[in-house]
Amino acid sequence: MHFLHRHRGLVPYLLLAPGLAWLALFFLVPMYYLGYTSLQTGDLFSGYAFSWAWENYSDAFSLYRGHFARSLQYAGLATLFALLISYPLAYWIAFRGGRWKNLLLLLVIAPFFVTYLIRTLAWKTILADQGFVLDVLRTLHLVGEDGRLLATTTAVVAGITYNYLPFMALPLYVSLEQVDRRLVEAAEDLYASGTKAFLRVTLPLSVPGIFAGTLLTFIPAAGDFINAELLGTPRQQMIGNVIQSRFKEVADYPQAAALSFVLIAGLLVAVLAYTRAVGSERATQGTVA
Amino acid sequence: MTVAAERLPLSGRSRSGARLVARIRHHALTAAALAALVFLLLPIAVVIAFSFNDPAGRFNFTWERFTLDNWANPFGFPDLQGSVVLSLEIAALSSLVATALGTLIALALARHRFRGRAATNLLIFLPMAAPEIVMGSSLLALFLNYSVPLGFTTILIAHIMFNISFVVVTVRARLAGQDMHLEEAAMDLFASPWATFLRVTLPLIAPGILAGGLLAFALSVDDFVITYLVSGSDQTFPLFVWGAARVAVPPQINVIGTIIFVAAVALMVANVLWQLRRTPKGAQ
Repeated sequence: MHFLHRHRGLVPYLLLAPGLAWLALFFLVPMYYLGYTSLQTGDLFSGYAFSWAWENYSDAFSLYRGHFARSLQYAGLATLFALLISYPLAYWIAFRGGRWKNLLLLLVIAPFFVTYLIRTLAWKTILADQGFVLDVLRTLHLVGEDGRLLATTTAVVAGITYNYLPFMALPLYVSLEQVDRRLVEAAEDLYASGTKAFLRVTLPLSVPGIFAGTLLTFIPAAGDFINAELLGTPRQQMIGNVIQSRFKEVADYPQAAALSFVLIAGLLVAVLAYTRAVGSERATQGTVA
Repeated sequence: MTVAAERLPLSGRSRSGARLVARIRHHALTAAALAALVFLLLPIAVVIAFSFNDPAGRFNFTWERFTLDNWANPFGFPDLQGSVVLSLEIAALSSLVATALGTLIALALARHRFRGRAATNLLIFLPMAAPEIVMGSSLLALFLNYSVPLGFTTILIAHIMFNISFVVVTVRARLAGQDMHLEEAAMDLFASPWATFLRVTLPLIAPGILAGGLLAFALSVDDFVITYLVSGSDQTFPLFVWGAARVAVPPQINVIGTIIFVAAVALMVANVLWQLRRTPKGAQ
């Protein structure tokens, strides 16, 4: 105790050390080994050796370009749908929730309490060929008699949208909750219509929430493979499917590592471009984690 | 519309038209929000309902008839029990360690000034933002390069890793919401820093620590992607479900899923109530 009394400045570092060491050792260092593995050649039986094998990267682009494109496309669509579905919900809870706010927020995150794989399997039930959703769509002639929902792109995108929706809804709610109601009233006092007040006041003030929500949805969605595997067919496979099967089924570790590296690098570039486009100052103001 | 116009003799037709639009918009918003809630909750209802189903074949995807058999023997399927036990063991150990490490970091961030704060925040944030498949494959790359045998230990290491950040965020929120006057008062009354921490700070943030621990436990039980990559041949519950999805989906999966859901909701509600009771009136 005496030692700590004399060196008070050391206390925070001692508090940080064990946790940060764990993160450094099992989050940062592994990234280096991911890069290292991605430049190896070899196979499971003769072993792998580092050989500056850049061809793993050219293969990643030439062989799996379609998977990358599909990941970005599905994740982009799911992010858009999640935004369109959760904005009214978040707005409604923030402005009309009243004393039920906490209960409603609990309902928003309720899906997280059901195991990811089980709730995705539940979508398999809902979209099944004998399921009631398809029945309704057939009755309305929106889907042909032998049309399907399961094993289609629609099913995969719907699954991704569902699974990451709370990631969009929560930051939206936080930013809408912080909107100063007096500003909206002031706009209406100055004869702005309800629509105009929303477009000129509320919507711009909720940009930080939209920004955080789109990132929190898009990034994990782009790496997802569970929805494509359970709700789609091989034609809907995303880059995550390839990475997991290269690692777990084919044991082609270098190729899998290269694909992972391209995915994280691509996402980094996308995030930076997006941050620049939105304007980092505008995007982060008000969202204090 | 005429009624509204009569009530507002000065405003005339356009004003009442605007009112109607506002009213429609009001109800349209409520309808959209309720539809979104139905979308969110429908699969949960399906999971619970199908835990009472008596499926005709190996797959529990179409409703046949009501039964309580699945609930009578929730582990009546080979390997299911072992996977649930493993999940609980990993969740208990990883949430315990992650809560300890995360709470220490949160204390440093909320109560101390030090150099390297920005870098610390970044290191806390990144594991929450990175896609799971990348974290899982990089950990696997590390373990493969050192020929670490995959199994219980590697799963535990991974779970502690991804849980730390969530504990830090949860506990720090509690520390930030609590005023430092009580701690200062204790120090003024000649309590040592250690005594102040044990007698004042710790009891105050206990609900936050518990919430962080519960969150870590829940994340651990639910994790599939990272676990799948670093697990070797060991099977946690989500891995069991993954394997089952290809060959047979027994309704017992829904029973366990329902139990996890109910337990998680109950614990969260209990924790929120506890936090509310401990928050002095008027403080929030």
